[in-house]
Amino acid sequence: MRFGDLSRFCMRALAGYPLRTSLMLLAMAIGVSSVVVLTALGEGARRYVAGQFTSLGTHLLIVLPGRSETTGGPPPMTGDTPRDLTVEDALALKRSSAVHKVAPIMVGSAPVSHKGLEREVTILGSTSELYEIRDLSMAQGKFLPPGDVSRAEAICVIGHKVKNELFGNESPLGRIVRIGERRFRIIGVTAPKGQSLGLDMSDVVVIPVASAEALFNRSSLFRILVQARDRDAIGRAKQAIADTIRNRHDGEDDVTVITQDALLATFDRIFKALTLAIGGIAAISLVVAGILIMNVMLIAVSQRTSEIGLLKALGAPGPQILRLFLTESALLSLVGAAGGLVLSVGGCLLIRRIFPDFPVSAPSWSPVAAVGVALASGLIFGVLPARKAARLDPVASLSQR
Amino acid sequence: MKTIRLENIRRIFQVGDETVHALHGVTLDISKGEYIAIMGPSGSGKSTLLNILGLLDRPNAGLYQLENVDTTELSDLQQAEVRRHKIGFVFQFFHLIPRLTAAENVELPLILAGVDPKQRKQRVTATLEGLGLADRARHRPDQLSGGQRQRVAIARATIMKPAMILADEPTGNLDRVSGNDVVKTIEALNQGGMTVVMVTHDPELGQRARRMIQMVDGQITSDSGGQV
Repeated sequence: MRFGDLSRFCMRALAGYPLRTSLMLLAMAIGVSSVVVLTALGEGARRYVAGQFTSLGTHLLIVLPGRSETTGGPPPMTGDTPRDLTVEDALALKRSSAVHKVAPIMVGSAPVSHKGLEREVTILGSTSELYEIRDLSMAQGKFLPPGDVSRAEAICVIGHKVKNELFGNESPLGRIVRIGERRFRIIGVTAPKGQSLGLDMSDVVVIPVASAEALFNRSSLFRILVQARDRDAIGRAKQAIADTIRNRHDGEDDVTVITQDALLATFDRIFKALTLAIGGIAAISLVVAGILIMNVMLIAVSQRTSEIGLLKALGAPGPQILRLFLTESALLSLVGAAGGLVLSVGGCLLIRRIFPDFPVSAPSWSPVAAVGVALASGLIFGVLPARKAARLDPVASLSQR
Repeated sequence: MKTIRLENIRRIFQVGDETVHALHGVTLDISKGEYIAIMGPSGSGKSTLLNILGLLDRPNAGLYQLENVDTTELSDLQQAEVRRHKIGFVFQFFHLIPRLTAAENVELPLILAGVDPKQRKQRVTATLEGLGLADRARHRPDQLSGGQRQRVAIARATIMKPAMILADEPTGNLDRVSGNDVVKTIEALNQGGMTVVMVTHDPELGQRARRMIQMVDGQITSDSGGQV
């Protein structure tokens, strides 16, 4: 029997029972599309996180006060800190040749007011090097100027959301705002950049770190951002940071250094595993669809018993009957899988429309794997009914009407 | 020329605890081009004999030679091959596939044999025309009368140009007029040189055959022709 004839015969047989066939195709399509859409969501989450990390800047190391004992664990946000991390620590890091730029960061919250408008805003105390480390860009004016870090100049750079809320369409450059009890002159507005790691750079006010020390009346830093000279220098920079801080802190390893790449790789692994896991869970529905195929084909075999007897009388040997019914199962799963791919494209478009910021896109392996598993389950579960058909006794089957 | 030789064929069925001897030592020779009617009461083993002749069933004992080949030694695959090329079946209930048109039903043996599509169309058209069914080619079985259905089935049985037609009560499900049409069609094939073996209840139909075999209880009790 020719391949074209074989598939046409099976198509006709499937088309002979439209309701049963279309329900079966629907089950298979839902299975395949759920695998593809769910893995697309997982992949989207991975890309989203990766995007957040790269918007943080490149070749980045983060120095946190406090020691986390396990590597790869979450950074200690509120760890016990025996010794504060200070601006002097940050400046000391610059002596290493592996370190390119250093930005100490002090974080606090203070009311910012201008002409009767007042808002509680996150205040970042930092230096001019934050600009390059965080890969910021300016909408108006300039960022903090380089110079003596210990000078508490009364200048500030505001995020563009803060600017919109306090000034509307007016230009804020040169205006004076009150932050806490002090007055600061605005020298620049940062361009919108989006969130990165939970901190919205458009909703902050940046002031010189010495001013922040005075404003909040403390000298402990939230963290230090360090940019390594290049990718290869990240490891050396990490070592240099640890050594420098240990020397300055009486031989105690009381800081944690996170490299952006290590963090990114960890999240990448987590999300890949998560994507695989939800893909696997969705694949169970494909196995269920396979069992449905078996059920449908068993019904087909008993409904078409006399047809099978006839085919045998016309000279079709058992293996040929087996091929016929296996081809029917394979067609059911393939056509169903094709429908599932169409469904999943629609599903991904819909999700993208609802959540435009979320980069939903199926990893390339997932449609291939979904169709593969669909076909495999159709074939495996098709074997039993097909063998049953092939083994039917022609005399007994022909006596059925 | 003897094309078929049955020697001491036995077929035993196990029905519950009981052993039923459907065929009890049947010996029969059939020559090429014969027209044979097998008659007898129900349960006499005539259908079993036909199934064994058509290689749908295997005897428990005995020898069945078809064109000098011992068929009992053939594998299932080889038997299917013989059925495909040498034997055509006509059934009481037609056994047309309901979703296929008349032409497609007739084409089925050619499809199973893997014949080239262009050649298939020609042979189907020619066969249907030969049986006066050309205008019914695109009808499905439920759009055909009983007689037409049986003639489509005969077209299907003959499209591979088999040496022998086996017909099991071919008129059993038809009224007199269409039954007559069908018998005439079968007789025309016989005149064309095809061996015809027909199982029937109908004595009138039996009389028309050149050789009549009576069966009772799994044995041949009378044979009007060719006692070998």
